[in-house]
Amino acid sequence: MLSAILVMAGIGLVLGAILGWASIKFRVEDDPLVEKIDAVLPQTQCGQCGFPGCKPYAEAIARGEADINKCPPGGEEGVKHLAELLGVEPKPLGEGLEPKPKAVAVIDENTCIGCTLCIQACPVDAIVGAAKQMHVIVASQCTGCELCLPPCPVDCIHMEVIKEDVATWKWRYPIHTMKQVE
Amino acid sequence: MENYLLILIATVFVNNIVMSKILGLCPFMGVSRKLETAIGMGAATTFVLTLASGTSYLIDTYLLGHDLAYLRTLSFIVVIAGIVGFTEMFIKKTSPVLFRVLGIYLPLITTNCAVLGIPLLNVMEQHNFMESLFFGMGGALGFTLVLVLFAAMRERLEAAEVPKPFKGTSIAMITAGLMSLAFMGFAGLIK
Repeated sequence: MLSAILVMAGIGLVLGAILGWASIKFRVEDDPLVEKIDAVLPQTQCGQCGFPGCKPYAEAIARGEADINKCPPGGEEGVKHLAELLGVEPKPLGEGLEPKPKAVAVIDENTCIGCTLCIQACPVDAIVGAAKQMHVIVASQCTGCELCLPPCPVDCIHMEVIKEDVATWKWRYPIHTMKQVE
Repeated sequence: MENYLLILIATVFVNNIVMSKILGLCPFMGVSRKLETAIGMGAATTFVLTLASGTSYLIDTYLLGHDLAYLRTLSFIVVIAGIVGFTEMFIKKTSPVLFRVLGIYLPLITTNCAVLGIPLLNVMEQHNFMESLFFGMGGALGFTLVLVLFAAMRERLEAAEVPKPFKGTSIAMITAGLMSLAFMGFAGLIK
Protein backbone atom coordinates (compact mmCIF):
# COMPACT_ATOMS: atom_id res chain seq x y z
CA MET A 1 0.00 0.00 0.00
CA LEU A 2 2.72 2.43 1.02
CA SER A 3 4.82 1.59 -2.02
CA ALA A 4 1.80 2.19 -4.29
CA ILE A 5 1.29 5.65 -2.81
CA LEU A 6 5.01 6.39 -3.10
CA VAL A 7 5.11 5.27 -6.74
CA MET A 8 2.11 7.39 -7.75
CA ALA A 9 3.43 10.38 -5.79
CA GLY A 10 6.81 9.93 -7.46
CA ILE A 11 5.30 9.82 -10.95
CA GLY A 12 3.24 12.89 -10.11
CA LEU A 13 6.27 14.80 -8.84
CA VAL A 14 8.44 13.96 -11.86
CA LEU A 15 5.68 14.85 -14.35
CA GLY A 16 4.91 18.04 -12.43
CA ALA A 17 8.56 19.04 -12.54
CA ILE A 18 8.77 18.36 -16.31
CA LEU A 19 5.57 20.30 -17.00
CA GLY A 20 6.68 23.18 -14.80
CA TRP A 21 9.99 23.35 -16.61
CA ALA A 22 8.22 23.17 -19.99
CA SER A 23 5.80 25.96 -19.10
CA ILE A 24 8.77 28.24 -18.39
CA LYS A 25 10.79 27.07 -21.37
CA PHE A 26 7.90 27.23 -23.87
CA ARG A 27 6.17 30.32 -22.49
CA VAL A 28 4.16 32.19 -25.09
CA GLU A 29 3.90 35.91 -24.54
CA ASP A 30 0.35 37.09 -24.99
CA ASP A 31 0.48 40.61 -26.35
CA PRO A 32 -0.17 42.86 -23.33
CA LEU A 33 -0.82 45.78 -25.68
CA VAL A 34 -4.07 44.19 -26.94
CA GLU A 35 -5.43 44.04 -23.39
CA LYS A 36 -4.56 47.68 -22.77
CA ILE A 37 -6.16 48.88 -26.02
CA ASP A 38 -9.22 46.75 -25.34
CA ALA A 39 -9.56 48.36 -21.92
CA VAL A 40 -9.71 51.82 -23.51
CA LEU A 41 -12.37 50.89 -26.08
CA PRO A 42 -15.98 51.45 -24.96
CA GLN A 43 -17.04 47.75 -25.29
CA THR A 44 -20.26 48.52 -27.14
CA GLN A 45 -19.37 45.72 -29.61
CA CYS A 46 -21.17 47.78 -32.25
CA GLY A 47 -18.91 46.93 -35.19
CA GLN A 48 -18.88 50.45 -36.64
CA CYS A 49 -15.10 50.21 -36.89
CA GLY A 50 -15.50 47.40 -39.42
CA PHE A 51 -14.31 44.68 -37.04
CA PRO A 52 -16.62 42.16 -35.37
CA GLY A 53 -16.30 43.67 -31.90
CA CYS A 54 -13.99 45.67 -29.69
CA LYS A 55 -11.40 42.92 -29.08
CA PRO A 56 -10.73 42.22 -32.78
CA TYR A 57 -10.40 45.97 -33.35
CA ALA A 58 -7.91 46.15 -30.46
CA GLU A 59 -5.92 43.28 -32.01
CA ALA A 60 -5.92 45.03 -35.39
CA ILE A 61 -4.66 48.24 -33.80
CA ALA A 62 -1.94 46.33 -31.99
CA ARG A 63 -0.83 44.74 -35.26
CA GLY A 64 -0.80 48.17 -36.88
CA GLU A 65 -3.48 47.21 -39.39
CA ALA A 66 -6.17 49.62 -38.21
CA ASP A 67 -6.21 53.32 -37.47
CA ILE A 68 -7.05 54.55 -33.99
CA ASN A 69 -9.85 56.82 -35.21
CA LYS A 70 -12.45 54.24 -36.18
CA CYS A 71 -14.48 54.16 -32.98
CA PRO A 72 -17.46 56.57 -32.92
CA PRO A 73 -18.85 55.44 -29.53
CA GLY A 74 -15.47 56.22 -27.98
CA GLY A 75 -15.54 59.69 -29.51
CA GLU A 76 -12.66 62.17 -29.61
CA GLU A 77 -11.94 61.28 -26.00
CA GLY A 78 -11.34 57.65 -26.90
CA VAL A 79 -9.05 58.56 -29.78
CA LYS A 80 -7.06 60.77 -27.44
CA HIS A 81 -6.66 57.94 -24.93
CA LEU A 82 -5.57 55.53 -27.66
CA ALA A 83 -3.08 58.08 -28.99
CA GLU A 84 -1.63 58.53 -25.50
CA LEU A 85 -1.36 54.77 -25.02
CA LEU A 86 0.32 54.18 -28.35
CA GLY A 87 2.43 57.34 -28.34
CA VAL A 88 1.09 58.68 -31.65
CA GLU A 89 -0.60 61.92 -32.66
CA PRO A 90 -4.35 61.94 -32.00
CA LYS A 91 -6.39 62.17 -35.21
CA PRO A 92 -9.90 63.42 -35.79
CA LEU A 93 -12.45 60.64 -36.08
CA GLY A 94 -12.52 58.96 -39.47
CA GLU A 95 -14.73 60.07 -42.31
CA GLY A 96 -18.42 59.56 -41.66
CA LEU A 97 -17.56 58.62 -38.12
CA GLU A 98 -18.07 62.01 -36.41
CA PRO A 99 -19.44 61.58 -32.93
CA LYS A 100 -23.21 61.81 -33.07
CA PRO A 101 -25.30 63.08 -30.21
CA LYS A 102 -26.23 60.19 -27.96
CA ALA A 103 -29.37 58.53 -29.28
CA VAL A 104 -31.49 55.46 -28.79
CA ALA A 105 -33.33 53.46 -31.42
CA VAL A 106 -37.12 53.53 -31.29
CA ILE A 107 -39.46 51.13 -33.08
CA ASP A 108 -42.63 52.49 -34.63
CA GLU A 109 -44.97 49.89 -33.26
CA ASN A 110 -47.70 50.42 -35.86
CA THR A 111 -45.45 49.44 -38.76
CA CYS A 112 -43.45 46.66 -37.06
CA ILE A 113 -44.29 43.30 -38.64
CA GLY A 114 -42.43 41.21 -36.06
CA CYS A 115 -39.78 39.77 -38.36
CA THR A 116 -37.09 39.46 -35.61
CA LEU A 117 -34.35 40.66 -38.01
CA CYS A 118 -33.45 43.60 -35.77
CA ILE A 119 -33.27 41.29 -32.74
CA GLN A 120 -30.64 39.23 -34.48
CA ALA A 121 -28.69 42.35 -35.43
CA CYS A 122 -28.64 43.90 -31.95
CA PRO A 123 -25.20 43.37 -30.37
CA VAL A 124 -26.37 44.05 -26.82
CA ASP A 125 -29.73 42.19 -26.83
CA ALA A 126 -31.62 45.40 -26.18
CA ILE A 127 -34.58 44.43 -28.41
CA VAL A 128 -37.29 42.17 -27.04
CA GLY A 129 -40.07 40.51 -29.01
CA ALA A 130 -40.92 37.29 -30.81
CA ALA A 131 -41.80 36.23 -34.34
CA LYS A 132 -44.94 38.04 -35.58
CA GLN A 133 -45.08 39.91 -32.27
CA MET A 134 -44.34 43.59 -32.01
CA HIS A 135 -40.77 44.37 -30.90
CA VAL A 136 -39.71 46.88 -28.30
CA ILE A 137 -36.32 48.41 -27.60
CA VAL A 138 -35.16 48.59 -24.01
CA ALA A 139 -33.92 52.17 -24.00
CA SER A 140 -31.63 51.74 -21.01
CA GLN A 141 -29.73 48.93 -22.80
CA CYS A 142 -29.53 50.56 -26.23
CA THR A 143 -26.05 51.84 -27.09
CA GLY A 144 -27.22 53.78 -30.14
CA CYS A 145 -25.03 51.80 -32.53
CA GLU A 146 -27.63 51.89 -35.36
CA LEU A 147 -26.97 48.29 -36.39
CA CYS A 148 -30.69 47.51 -36.25
CA LEU A 149 -31.58 50.15 -38.86
CA PRO A 150 -30.39 48.43 -42.08
CA PRO A 151 -31.96 44.97 -41.55
CA CYS A 152 -35.49 46.32 -40.90
CA PRO A 153 -37.57 45.53 -44.03
CA VAL A 154 -40.25 48.12 -43.30
CA ASP A 155 -37.96 50.88 -41.98
CA CYS A 156 -39.87 51.21 -38.77
CA ILE A 157 -36.82 51.95 -36.61
CA HIS A 158 -35.51 55.46 -36.21
CA MET A 159 -32.94 57.05 -33.94
CA GLU A 160 -34.12 59.50 -31.31
CA VAL A 161 -31.61 61.89 -29.82
CA ILE A 162 -31.67 61.81 -26.06
CA LYS A 163 -32.61 65.27 -24.87
CA GLU A 164 -30.81 66.61 -21.88
CA ASP A 165 -33.13 66.77 -18.93
CA VAL A 166 -32.81 66.20 -15.22
CA ALA A 167 -32.69 62.43 -15.64
CA THR A 168 -30.13 62.22 -18.44
CA TRP A 169 -27.86 65.19 -17.75
CA LYS A 170 -24.36 64.22 -16.73
CA TRP A 171 -21.31 66.16 -15.68
CA ARG A 172 -18.97 66.69 -18.60
CA TYR A 173 -15.70 64.83 -18.39
CA PRO A 174 -13.15 67.28 -17.03
CA ILE A 175 -10.62 68.26 -19.67
CA HIS A 176 -7.32 69.36 -18.22
CA THR A 177 -4.33 70.59 -20.08
CA MET A 178 -1.36 68.35 -19.41
CA LYS A 179 1.40 69.93 -17.36
CA GLN A 180 4.91 68.63 -17.21
CA VAL A 181 5.83 67.77 -13.61
CA GLU A 182 9.34 68.77 -12.69
CA MET B 1 15.67 -5.47 -37.55
CA GLU B 2 13.29 -7.60 -39.58
CA ASN B 3 11.29 -8.08 -36.42
CA TYR B 4 10.73 -4.32 -36.03
CA LEU B 5 9.75 -3.95 -39.67
CA LEU B 6 7.19 -6.72 -39.21
CA ILE B 7 5.79 -4.97 -36.13
CA LEU B 8 5.47 -1.72 -38.08
CA ILE B 9 3.68 -3.34 -41.03
CA ALA B 10 1.49 -5.39 -38.74
CA THR B 11 0.34 -2.40 -36.70
CA VAL B 12 -0.08 -0.03 -39.64
CA PHE B 13 -1.99 -2.38 -41.97
CA VAL B 14 -3.01 -5.71 -40.46
CA ASN B 15 -3.97 -4.81 -36.89
CA ASN B 16 -4.77 -1.20 -37.62
CA ILE B 17 -5.71 0.42 -34.35
CA VAL B 18 -8.81 2.15 -35.74
CA MET B 19 -9.93 -0.25 -38.42
CA SER B 20 -9.55 -3.63 -36.73
CA LYS B 21 -9.22 -2.83 -33.02
CA ILE B 22 -11.89 -0.07 -33.19
CA LEU B 23 -9.96 2.22 -30.86
CA GLY B 24 -9.61 5.98 -31.20
CA LEU B 25 -12.90 6.55 -33.00
CA CYS B 26 -13.52 9.95 -31.42
CA PRO B 27 -10.75 11.84 -33.25
CA PHE B 28 -11.31 9.56 -36.28
CA MET B 29 -14.81 10.97 -36.72
CA GLY B 30 -14.14 14.37 -35.13
CA VAL B 31 -10.98 15.67 -36.80
CA SER B 32 -11.44 14.14 -40.26
CA ARG B 33 -13.43 16.97 -41.81
CA LYS B 34 -10.38 18.66 -43.27
CA LEU B 35 -7.16 17.20 -44.59
CA GLU B 36 -4.80 19.67 -42.87
CA THR B 37 -6.35 19.11 -39.44
CA ALA B 38 -6.15 15.36 -39.99
CA ILE B 39 -2.44 15.55 -40.80
CA GLY B 40 -1.78 17.81 -37.78
CA MET B 41 -3.76 15.56 -35.48
CA GLY B 42 -1.95 12.50 -36.85
CA ALA B 43 1.45 14.08 -36.23
CA ALA B 44 0.54 15.14 -32.68
CA THR B 45 -0.87 11.70 -31.87
CA THR B 46 2.22 9.98 -33.31
CA PHE B 47 4.45 12.08 -31.09
CA VAL B 48 2.36 11.45 -27.98
CA LEU B 49 1.82 7.75 -28.66
CA THR B 50 5.49 6.93 -29.31
CA LEU B 51 6.57 8.75 -26.16
CA ALA B 52 3.71 7.25 -24.15
CA SER B 53 4.44 3.65 -25.11
CA GLY B 54 8.14 4.08 -24.30
CA THR B 55 7.59 5.71 -20.90
CA SER B 56 4.77 3.39 -19.92
CA TYR B 57 6.98 0.39 -20.72
CA LEU B 58 9.68 1.81 -18.43
CA ILE B 59 7.17 2.54 -15.68
CA ASP B 60 5.58 -0.87 -15.94
CA THR B 61 8.89 -2.75 -15.89
CA TYR B 62 10.93 -0.79 -13.38
CA LEU B 63 8.36 0.88 -11.11
CA LEU B 64 5.30 -1.33 -11.02
CA GLY B 65 6.54 -4.86 -11.63
CA HIS B 66 4.26 -7.68 -10.50
CA ASP B 67 3.40 -6.31 -7.08
CA LEU B 68 1.83 -3.08 -8.24
CA ALA B 69 0.34 -4.29 -11.52
CA TYR B 70 -3.06 -3.00 -10.40
CA LEU B 71 -1.71 0.57 -10.72
CA ARG B 72 -1.07 0.05 -14.43
CA THR B 73 -4.10 1.83 -15.93
CA LEU B 74 -3.94 4.64 -13.39
CA SER B 75 -0.25 5.39 -13.85
CA PHE B 76 -0.49 5.12 -17.66
CA ILE B 77 -3.30 7.68 -17.71
CA VAL B 78 -1.27 10.04 -15.53
CA VAL B 79 1.78 9.69 -17.77
CA ILE B 80 -0.27 10.20 -20.95
CA ALA B 81 -1.92 13.30 -19.48
CA GLY B 82 1.52 14.68 -18.63
CA ILE B 83 2.88 14.01 -22.12
CA VAL B 84 -0.17 15.60 -23.75
CA GLY B 85 0.25 18.67 -21.55
CA PHE B 86 3.87 18.88 -22.64
CA THR B 87 2.93 18.45 -26.32
CA GLU B 88 0.31 21.17 -26.01
CA MET B 89 2.86 23.68 -24.70
CA PHE B 90 5.37 22.59 -27.33
CA ILE B 91 2.91 23.05 -30.24
CA LYS B 92 1.63 26.35 -28.82
CA LYS B 93 5.20 27.63 -28.86
CA THR B 94 6.36 26.20 -32.18
CA SER B 95 3.23 26.38 -34.34
CA PRO B 96 0.41 28.67 -33.12
CA VAL B 97 -1.51 28.01 -36.36
CA LEU B 98 -1.61 24.25 -35.79
CA PHE B 99 -2.52 24.95 -32.16
CA ARG B 100 -5.56 26.98 -33.22
CA VAL B 101 -6.57 24.45 -35.88
CA LEU B 102 -6.41 21.45 -33.54
CA GLY B 103 -8.22 23.39 -30.82
CA ILE B 104 -10.06 21.19 -28.35
CA TYR B 105 -8.87 17.95 -29.98
CA LEU B 106 -5.32 18.49 -28.77
CA PRO B 107 -6.07 18.12 -25.03
CA LEU B 108 -8.58 15.42 -26.03
CA ILE B 109 -5.66 13.18 -27.08
CA THR B 110 -5.54 12.43 -23.35
CA THR B 111 -8.85 10.63 -23.60
CA ASN B 112 -8.09 9.04 -26.97
CA CYS B 113 -8.54 5.37 -26.15
CA ALA B 114 -5.93 4.37 -28.76
CA VAL B 115 -3.29 6.19 -26.72
CA LEU B 116 -4.15 4.23 -23.57
CA GLY B 117 -4.92 1.04 -25.52
CA ILE B 118 -1.50 0.67 -27.12
CA PRO B 119 0.56 0.79 -23.89
CA LEU B 120 -1.85 -1.73 -22.35
CA LEU B 121 -1.57 -4.00 -25.42
CA ASN B 122 2.22 -3.66 -25.13
CA VAL B 123 2.11 -5.04 -21.62
CA MET B 124 -0.30 -7.81 -22.59
CA GLU B 125 1.84 -8.97 -25.52
CA GLN B 126 5.02 -8.76 -23.37
CA HIS B 127 6.98 -6.54 -25.76
CA ASN B 128 10.44 -5.37 -24.79
CA PHE B 129 11.41 -1.68 -24.84
CA MET B 130 12.25 -1.34 -28.55
CA GLU B 131 9.26 -3.46 -29.57
CA SER B 132 7.03 -1.23 -27.43
CA LEU B 133 8.39 1.87 -29.11
CA PHE B 134 7.85 0.44 -32.60
CA PHE B 135 4.42 -0.90 -31.66
CA GLY B 136 3.44 2.57 -30.42
CA MET B 137 4.85 4.32 -33.46
CA GLY B 138 3.29 1.80 -35.85
CA GLY B 139 -0.08 2.13 -34.16
CA ALA B 140 0.12 5.90 -34.41
CA LEU B 141 1.23 5.79 -38.05
CA GLY B 142 -1.69 3.47 -38.82
CA PHE B 143 -3.99 5.91 -37.05
CA THR B 144 -2.55 8.80 -39.09
CA LEU B 145 -2.88 6.82 -42.31
CA VAL B 146 -6.57 6.00 -41.91
CA LEU B 147 -7.29 9.50 -40.55
CA VAL B 148 -5.72 11.13 -43.61
CA LEU B 149 -7.37 8.70 -46.04
CA PHE B 150 -10.71 9.19 -44.36
CA ALA B 151 -10.37 12.99 -44.34
CA ALA B 152 -9.55 12.97 -48.05
CA MET B 153 -12.65 10.88 -48.72
CA ARG B 154 -14.84 13.12 -46.59
CA GLU B 155 -13.61 16.21 -48.43
CA ARG B 156 -14.77 14.61 -51.66
CA LEU B 157 -18.04 13.52 -50.08
CA GLU B 158 -18.76 17.17 -49.31
CA ALA B 159 -18.96 17.83 -53.05
CA ALA B 160 -20.71 14.57 -53.95
CA GLU B 161 -24.44 14.27 -54.44
CA VAL B 162 -25.42 12.25 -51.39
CA PRO B 163 -29.08 11.27 -50.95
CA LYS B 164 -30.67 13.41 -48.28
CA PRO B 165 -31.12 10.75 -45.55
CA PHE B 166 -27.40 9.85 -45.78
CA LYS B 167 -26.02 13.39 -45.64
CA GLY B 168 -23.42 14.40 -43.06
CA THR B 169 -22.39 12.02 -40.31
CA SER B 170 -24.37 9.02 -41.59
CA ILE B 171 -22.46 8.78 -44.87
CA ALA B 172 -19.24 9.25 -42.88
CA MET B 173 -20.17 6.28 -40.69
CA ILE B 174 -20.92 4.15 -43.73
CA THR B 175 -17.61 5.18 -45.31
CA ALA B 176 -15.79 4.25 -42.10
CA GLY B 177 -17.48 0.82 -42.14
CA LEU B 178 -16.51 0.22 -45.77
CA MET B 179 -12.95 1.29 -44.99
CA SER B 180 -12.83 -1.15 -42.11
CA LEU B 181 -14.04 -3.91 -44.45
CA ALA B 182 -11.32 -2.98 -46.94
CA PHE B 183 -8.67 -3.17 -44.21
CA MET B 184 -9.82 -6.74 -43.50
CA GLY B 185 -8.14 -7.52 -46.82
CA PHE B 186 -4.75 -7.13 -45.13
CA ALA B 187 -5.58 -9.89 -42.65
CA GLY B 188 -3.59 -12.59 -44.43
CA LEU B 189 -0.54 -10.39 -45.14
CA ILE B 190 1.61 -11.64 -42.26
CA LYS B 191 1.36 -15.21 -41.07
